Amino acid sequence: MSPQTRAVESWTLQPLTDFVREASARLVLVLTPSGQVLAQSGFSRAVDVMSAAALAAAIVASTSELARQLRQPPFAALSHQGPKTGFFLATFVTERGTLAVLAVYDLDVSSLGLVQLFYEQLAGDLKAASPKGAVPKQVLAADFERELTDSLNTLFGR
Amino acid sequence: MSQALDMITRVRGVRGAMLVSAEDGIVVAEQLMEGIKGPAVAALAASLAGRLRRAMDAAGTGAAAFWHLQAEQGALLVVPGAGILVVAVAEPDVNIGLVRLELLRAVEAGL
Repeated sequence: MSPQTRAVESWTLQPLTDFVREASARLVLVLTPSGQVLAQSGFSRAVDVMSAAALAAAIVASTSELARQLRQPPFAALSHQGPKTGFFLATFVTERGTLAVLAVYDLDVSSLGLVQLFYEQLAGDLKAASPKGAVPKQVLAADFERELTDSLNTLFGR
Repeated sequence: MSQALDMITRVRGVRGAMLVSAEDGIVVAEQLMEGIKGPAVAALAASLAGRLRRAMDAAGTGAAAFWHLQAEQGALLVVPGAGILVVAVAEPDVNIGLVRLELLRAVEAGL
């Protein structure tokens, strides 16, 4: 296991570890569309996880709404590539509910093709590993800060 | 593009040919027999091409003009072009020289 890969929900850990190794991704988040992080790899600061999760959730929400307005099913994946770094954001449905994966990769060690290829494996592995019959836990506003702190502590091994 | 792929796949023993974006590892065009996982071959071939390029740079040999990976049940043949890879998947007993010629022609013709 990579020392930088950690999970709040343990069933996500092995698929994520495999994905990071195979796709050579630098940063990865597995999260819900509302921004709750289930696992992370490569992040060293909690504030970065929070920012990335919030931005990814916002992108999922805005692209889903765009698709709805176009009367299309939600977009399966979104990719953005800069001169040195690319990011890939995709959603899929598991027994745990809809999940999103955000992967950031460096173009000198990986590529969109590799990330897409191993993302399909990651999505399949997470679907297979997700707890059957699990009802996604509702996070109440009153518990939000405690839940967030607990999750970040787990994600950074505190 | 399809004409270039036609010429390659006409060679006896060639099971498929693809044009792959070298940077992304994404299939640009393909003519593949059933059972060949085009996107997987494209992504992994592009990754390998990038690593080979760096290895050859480090060795001071210059850029690769052609590579051929022979396996028990087939062969992978690749000619890198400008930003693109021309890839052929072939039977183990294919005429390598002929496939190489068609791959090089495809690149020289600018696809």
